[in-house]
Amino acid sequence: MDLKYTLWGKKITFPSDILAADMSILLFLLIGVGLLTYFKKWKWLWGWLTTTHHSKIGILYLTAGGAFFLRGGLDALIMRVQLALPENQFWVFQGEKYNQMMTTHGTTMIFFVAMPLLIGLMNVAVPLQIGARDLAFPYLNALSFWLFFAGGSLVNISFILGGSPTAGWTAYAPLALKEFSPGPGNDYYALGLQIAGIGTLLTAINFLVTILNKRTKGMTLTRMPLFTWSTLVTSLLILFAFPALTVALLLLSFDRLFGTSFLSADAGNALIWQHLFWIFGHPEVYILILPAFGIFSDVISTFAKKKLFGYTSMVFAIVLIGFLGFMVWVHHMFTVGLGPASNAIFAISTMSIAVPTGIKVFNWLFTLKGGVIRFNTAMLYALSFIPTFVMGGVTGVMLAAAPADYQYHDSYFVVGHFHYVIVGGTILGIFSGLYYWWPKMFGFLLDEKRGKWQFWLFAIGFHLTFFPMHIMGLMGMPRRVYTYLEDSGLGTLNMISTIGAFLMGLSVLFFIYTVYWSCRNGVRDASGDPWDGRTLEWAIPSPPPEYNFARRPFVRGVDAFWKEKMEGDGTFQPAEKLKPIHIPPSNVQPMILSGIFFMTAFGFIFDWNLVKIGGGILILGMLIWRSFTDKGGHFITAEELAEREERKGGR
Amino acid sequence: METTQTGSSPLQEMQREKAKDKVLAMWFFISAEVVIFGGLFGVYLTLKSHTGSGPSPEGLFELKETAVSTIVLLSSSFTCAMAGYFLQGKTKKKMILMLLFTLLLGMGFLGLEIKEFLTYVEKGYRITDSSFLASFYLLTGTHGSHVLAGCIWMLVLLFHLLREGLNEDTSLKIKVFSLYWHFVDVVWVFIFTVVYLFGKAG
Ligand code: HEM
Ligand SMILES: [Cu+2]
Repeated sequence: MDLKYTLWGKKITFPSDILAADMSILLFLLIGVGLLTYFKKWKWLWGWLTTTHHSKIGILYLTAGGAFFLRGGLDALIMRVQLALPENQFWVFQGEKYNQMMTTHGTTMIFFVAMPLLIGLMNVAVPLQIGARDLAFPYLNALSFWLFFAGGSLVNISFILGGSPTAGWTAYAPLALKEFSPGPGNDYYALGLQIAGIGTLLTAINFLVTILNKRTKGMTLTRMPLFTWSTLVTSLLILFAFPALTVALLLLSFDRLFGTSFLSADAGNALIWQHLFWIFGHPEVYILILPAFGIFSDVISTFAKKKLFGYTSMVFAIVLIGFLGFMVWVHHMFTVGLGPASNAIFAISTMSIAVPTGIKVFNWLFTLKGGVIRFNTAMLYALSFIPTFVMGGVTGVMLAAAPADYQYHDSYFVVGHFHYVIVGGTILGIFSGLYYWWPKMFGFLLDEKRGKWQFWLFAIGFHLTFFPMHIMGLMGMPRRVYTYLEDSGLGTLNMISTIGAFLMGLSVLFFIYTVYWSCRNGVRDASGDPWDGRTLEWAIPSPPPEYNFARRPFVRGVDAFWKEKMEGDGTFQPAEKLKPIHIPPSNVQPMILSGIFFMTAFGFIFDWNLVKIGGGILILGMLIWRSFTDKGGHFITAEELAEREERKGGR
Repeated sequence: METTQTGSSPLQEMQREKAKDKVLAMWFFISAEVVIFGGLFGVYLTLKSHTGSGPSPEGLFELKETAVSTIVLLSSSFTCAMAGYFLQGKTKKKMILMLLFTLLLGMGFLGLEIKEFLTYVEKGYRITDSSFLASFYLLTGTHGSHVLAGCIWMLVLLFHLLREGLNEDTSLKIKVFSLYWHFVDVVWVFIFTVVYLFGKAG
């Protein structure tokens, strides 16, 4: 099925898989352009592309993260088909091509799916939860989004432009160096992650300043909802972890693009990569799980109709986990040969994380105990997370036993472990958060009946896929292989795993259908408080007006809204007079600036000096331009505000 | 949280909030930079002995010349602090003068660094020649590019100042900038000590 032709004496081949990718991209583009033109939505699109408003940027993050989820999921299904049968030959996905799928899958899922989806939910919910009007730096927020999008596109586009990275999402040196990965794939990896990483770091700073400086009166740190707390700690983790990745990627880029030998096995030191990568990488897994913890805490206390059990210890546990997250990176390197003393220290520090994690699990259980539980989809996701995550934690502690890890390391057991924590923790958290905050974002509820179907499909698919992986690992199946022998006895388990993967894929498609269905027929959220909520975001209409709170509320306790409902009429004492509110302007600069980053990366990958230097100058120029245009926006006057609030029925 | 001062316009109030936010953001940014430079120091210390067929630290550095650039850069920190002092006194002319001095000193440092690199390259010590050289160039080069960024930033600042004069907006910009500049200077003190002094001491 390969397409071959000669152009100006040059032989050009399009392998069938790339051809298929090209066609589907073309098809989607055409459909998109067609729909936009047909419904006359170009202006509407422009509004979204230039927005600087937190909830819109949140939705952008969710959309882009969702799109990457489909790509990463497709990779996963391709891998699972290839592995379904022993000595299988599915299409062209063996050897190097399999490595490309595997690497893109992992990289995409961690950096361009899990993180942006969480950051999207943070953007939607955090300002509302603390009674703020927006993030501290709206322009920067848009820039963060576009940088993430540029980086993600770079890694994803590599497939049709000369080859994807092949060295795994961990890109270990010297495997990831030119010597062993000669194609441009790992250049895309290094530059894409670097660009997206800048965006992530800027987001973290933005959230830190927002949460520390922009809380409304009475919203002390000790009264913040758990999701906001976890966002705060996560942002701190990003702040200290991502720079380590920056340095690692810098070394990798220099080695690959400029011929240095930082990470080569003989002239340099390949272990530098592993240390830097895991100094970033271990905190990264907590960057992925802490926000999910926050979501579950909010969801569970809302749908159990109870104050979260042990609020203070919950906060303390998040902070402690965040801190310990930086102390344990060597547990990824037990088999490298750093010596028994080092291994012992890191084994024990790793296991100690189980203590605060256990505290959290018990607090969730105690919150449920005696609660008036409503089993909606958001809650189902939260409840099903508890056993999966406990299991992931248990296998984690098993892995943390250094001598045993010599057995498990680089086996399918590890794959089982981290999918139980990342899918069974983070992804379930994201789904829970989506069902929970959906009405706040869009003004209608996701349909419960369809939602529950979607949940069960996902939950069953999840366990079918990942549980057998533990056993396969113990039976000796290594990770990152594209096939196995007939008589290894791994065939049945692999087949089960593949079936599970397709159930999950089906569930994701079903989710899209549920969104579509609910958009047309779903229940409108007229009150703004569909769940009888406890925190501030439910005290304003859905979707919120652009200024969120006409008058910012005065907060009197944890679960601020609930307190007002119980002790009064459910309205807040305002913390301020009606006064003019500043609305920052829309801005195209973030999109353009990120576009230039994207373009400049190609200059480096293909060694075009003009593009490199030109890109650098343009980036600088954009920054200077920004410094002359960082004014503007408009004020909504007090009278206008009063009028708008009146029209909504005097909330 | 918001401190509502009575008798100020919404615009002023917004600017006051913005000022607090920006200064805090700069501190966080600097924390991240500390990790970046920490990582680069770690890389340098690990690879310092990987000299291959290239020079060793002892053989490479000229302490006298780096002492000069150190003095140049540290005086720029001093003039930058003076600029901050005049900023509080609202004496615009002196402030601009001090900022100009800072800019000149910063550019002087850059010139000296470029000269240093050029002499090394002339001797045939390039970034690809040994891991020690690579890590040295990467660490000092990252610092140097921070100085360069600071110089460009200063130029833009001066332009703003000449156009708009001294107002809440421009003085905030200077405050944020001076945080950055002092940080860049402090990093150099570490580079001078760890790379040059210890390197020479062997
Ligand atoms: C009690 C908690 C946990 C413990 C004790 C633990 C322990 C470990 C250990 C020792 C390894 C290394 C195994 C090996 O490569 O030989 C590992 C791998 C991994 N863990 Fe965990 N873990 C825990 C929680 C988590 C969480 C919460 C996440 C993510 C949200 C996570 C994600 C991962 C990932 C992605 C890997 C594989 C990294 C790779 O590609 O090599 N873990 N875990
Ligand atoms: Cu880890």
